[in-house]
This record gives sequence, C-alpha cells and structure tokens, in this order.
Amino acid sequence: MSDNIRFVQGNEACVEGALYAGLEFFAGYPITPSTEIAEQLSSRLPKIGGKFIQMEDEIASMCAIVGASLTGRKVMTATSGPGFSLKQEALGYAIMAEIPCVIVNVQRGGPSTGIPTHVHQGDVNQARWGTHGDHAIIVFTASNHQDVFAMTVEAFNIAETYRTPVVLLFDEVVGHMRERLVLPQPGEIPIVERLRTSVPQGVNYHPYLPREDGRLPMSDFGAFHRYNVTGLFHDMWGFPSDDHEVVHDLLRHLMDKIENRTNQLAKFKEFYTEDAEVLLISYGSTARSARDLVEQRRRRGESFGLLELLTLWPFPNDLVRKKAANAKYVVVAEMNTGQVCQSVRLAVDQPERVFLANRIDGEFISPDDIHKTVRLIRGKGV
Amino acid sequence: MMVEKTRFVFSGSGGQGVITAAIILAETAVLQENLNAVQTQIYGAAARGGATRSDVIISDSAIYFPYVEQANVLICLTQEAYNKFSPIVRPGGLLITDTRYVKIERAVDAVQKELPMYQTVMDKIGKPIVFNICMLGVVTALSPVVKPESITKILEERIAPAFLDMNRKALELGFELGRQSMG
Repeated sequence: MSDNIRFVQGNEACVEGALYAGLEFFAGYPITPSTEIAEQLSSRLPKIGGKFIQMEDEIASMCAIVGASLTGRKVMTATSGPGFSLKQEALGYAIMAEIPCVIVNVQRGGPSTGIPTHVHQGDVNQARWGTHGDHAIIVFTASNHQDVFAMTVEAFNIAETYRTPVVLLFDEVVGHMRERLVLPQPGEIPIVERLRTSVPQGVNYHPYLPREDGRLPMSDFGAFHRYNVTGLFHDMWGFPSDDHEVVHDLLRHLMDKIENRTNQLAKFKEFYTEDAEVLLISYGSTARSARDLVEQRRRRGESFGLLELLTLWPFPNDLVRKKAANAKYVVVAEMNTGQVCQSVRLAVDQPERVFLANRIDGEFISPDDIHKTVRLIRGKGV
Repeated sequence: MMVEKTRFVFSGSGGQGVITAAIILAETAVLQENLNAVQTQIYGAAARGGATRSDVIISDSAIYFPYVEQANVLICLTQEAYNKFSPIVRPGGLLITDTRYVKIERAVDAVQKELPMYQTVMDKIGKPIVFNICMLGVVTALSPVVKPESITKILEERIAPAFLDMNRKALELGFELGRQSMG
C-alpha cells in the first residue's frame, strides 16, 4: 500500500492541504468542531520550522495571522461559529489592507454557542457579510476529504494571487468524518508563492501601487522598506486619505478584483445535470446526501442531477442560471433556513421553481430527508 | 466476499474503546484492503459515559451518505446501547452483544450472537483495555469484510510495542470466539 494514502478526519485533510500549500504560521484558539486542525498543526508546524501559537482568544488569533502574513508568511487560523464572529473585525482589516490569509470555519449550530457537537450550515451569509462595510470576499467549501485538501490549497493560492482573505467554510460532519485521502505528490498541484516587490532596499516602495495586471507586489514588513498599513481608506503609499477619488477607487478595486472574476473563481462539480428534471444544488456535507439520492433515483430511471458548489462567494450566478435553465424543479439542499436557496432564487430565471430541502435540528440531513421534499414538490406525497 | 456495502454500528459506553475499534476496522479496510470506508461518530459534550456510537461503512464503491440507518452488523456492549440501538439492525443482519453487559430482551430479525467477550479477555489476559480488540476479532470472524492479519498490521502501526502482544492475543481470542459461535 503506497504511503501517500491516509485515513483521516476532514480537519486533518485541511491540515495536509495547508501544509502542502506552504503554511508557515498558525494562530488559533481551539473550538469544537475545528479543534483537530489546531491540535495537528501544534505538532506538525514546529517540525518544519513553522510557528504555532495558541492565542488568548479568536480576536488575537486573527490579528496574529494578519501580522504574520504581512511579514511574508503563509498563514491560517481555524475556528467555528462563535470564534468566526470574533474574527470579523480583523478580517475586515485584512480585506482593506489587502493581506493574504486563510480562515477556516468548521460550522456547528448557532446562533451564539448554539450546539457545539452537531452540524449546521448557518454561517454562509455570515461568511459573506460578517464584517462591516461594502466588501467582496471569497468563500470555498467541500464535501469530501480530497476536495477539502484541494480547496485548502486553492484557498492559499487565491489568497496570495489576489491579496485577500479566503474563508474555508466546512462543517462538523466533513470535519470529523474519517475517509480516504490520497496526498498528491509535491508539484502535482501548482502552488502560488508570494509576489514580492523587485524594488530594492533603500528605494521608495509604494505598497498599494498596482502593476499593470492589477496585482500588488508585497514587501516583507519590517525587512526592507518602511511603509504604512491601515484599515482606513489609503493612497498608494498606504497613508490614510479621505479624498473622495481615493475612497471610490479603492472600494471599487476591492470589489472588482474579486467580483470581476466570479466565473473564474466558481469551482463546482456536476453529476447528471444535462438532462436533470430535478436539479439538486448543494454543498459541504449536505452534498453527500444529495449525491446519494441522485445515484439512487438514477438507478430507478428518474432524471435527478446534482450541482455541487465548491465556491459559495462570490456567488456563481451565471453558472447556477445556466445549469438550472432546463430543470423543472431546482431543489437546494442545505442545513440552514435557506441561505444559498435565497442566492439561487436571485440567480435563476423563474425563481418560483426553486425549493428548499433543509434540516435545522442538528441532525445530519439524509438522502431520504431530501427525497421527501422532492416528492412533496412533485405532488407525489410522502 | 464483499457485498456492495457493509454497514456497521459499534455501540457501548464511553471509555470502552468502541470508537477506537470502529476506526481501526475502517482504517484497515482503506489502508490494507484497498476498499472504501467512512467512519463517523455521534458526539456528545461528555468525554466518558453515556451511550457511544460509531458508524462504519465499508464498500468496494463510493460512499456518499456517511451514516448508518440500518446496520448489517450491530455491536452493543452495554444494556443502554442495546436498548437504544437494537431496532436499527437490518432484517437478516447480525447482532453481537456481550453476555456480561447485555441481557437480550426481545427477538430481532437478525442473527443474534451473545458472546462472553469481556469474560474471555479477563480470564485469558486479565486487562479490560483490550475488550474492544477482542470484539473486533469477533466481528472479523462473523463478518469477513477484512482479514484479521490486516487488522494486526494496523495494530502494529498504532500501538506501542509493549502492548502489541496483548492486543494480538485479544484479536485472536475474539476471532476464535466468533468462529466457535458459528458452530
């Protein structure tokens, strides 16, 4: 048996992906159901010359990774709902100051401390709008360990490419479940390294002066150049500005660098979507039950299909509209009161054919739970 | 040997090693037998006590829904676990209980094996800590999805050398107990 096969929890698959992508610094505060990420990294990172710090709380953890990233390290933190709430302010700072970082939220039930050991997917809209002010954000998810690994690598790559925080929104079932993970060989998945400025030491460096392709080369803070970093609107020097043109251009830049690339960032998987009369749309662990149901119904000759979203934000409107165009019924399966369902209704033509199949009691949604909703919609009784 | 999917539910009380046994079985299937396996567990807030349950699905094809609704093989190591979970055994399935801990109270449509696993471990080894490995031996004999020597290989990787012999012996005892019960 080859030694690149593991039998691990989803949280461990995330750790493997982060290390593969070049994670060097982790700061966190353990919380169920994300704790295994911190636990594993506390032993793995020091062995490769990285740093692991257990901070006094989630606020400090988020601030620590933002600072470490600015000094030139690839960084990550991991938490669950209550901790994710606390991280929102510094997350907004990272958006504004354009500091690459990866934030993992292994979702449990909320609001507040909610139901720590059970599964929910209630943080989808928080991941989008948790921090204040207009902004854009990138949020990835996954339903199986191979994808947890791949999307974690992708999160680091995208964070570096666009100088932005990327949120990995997993959930308790994927985080704690154990299954096979095949570790890719080094080089098998391309890794994006930090783009550093070619401006030599002693020469003025403009931290927020974009290159022609729009990218902003970074300078390891404290190493070669003196420059300012702030959460205030700022000019190309990084100094605060209330000039309306500076404010307008920076906000547009923060939005456009992500939202203009919505289609390119839209990662997804599709199963039997071409001729699907009933198109399920799902993500995270719920997509496992949706896939199970689709395979069951296909064996019986029924035209079920599944669109599994791996990118939740920016919401892949064009993709969803296109894939849903020919479906008679579009059923969004998720474990919340309809957060992605709402986005799907906005994306498709004829939103009246979009239905929600959900479960919000902390029990994992089953293929049968989804099927009952589909039967009701089609007038077939339960 | 492999049916399309074999669904196991391991249940007992926190501290009996029920979840560890489930993980070892699933890990064996993936790493030693090149099968697919998914292991999940129901978490409560407490670290010990209470009814513990871990589900394992082993298959030669992909596994999507990771929990067990009807178990082909149900193992109950406490009365509480038996009372709670015995209805989920699939008709024609297999129910394994320990004679010391569980009193069978109703007939289910399944092959019922009441075996003195705990007593055998105490008589022959004297250490209750390998009760779960003995149980795994029984499971391997009665539901031959993975080979006992494959489990031994995983034990060799997971367990400190000083405790390995004890675990090997517990596995063998369980395997024999399971085989004898087949008549």
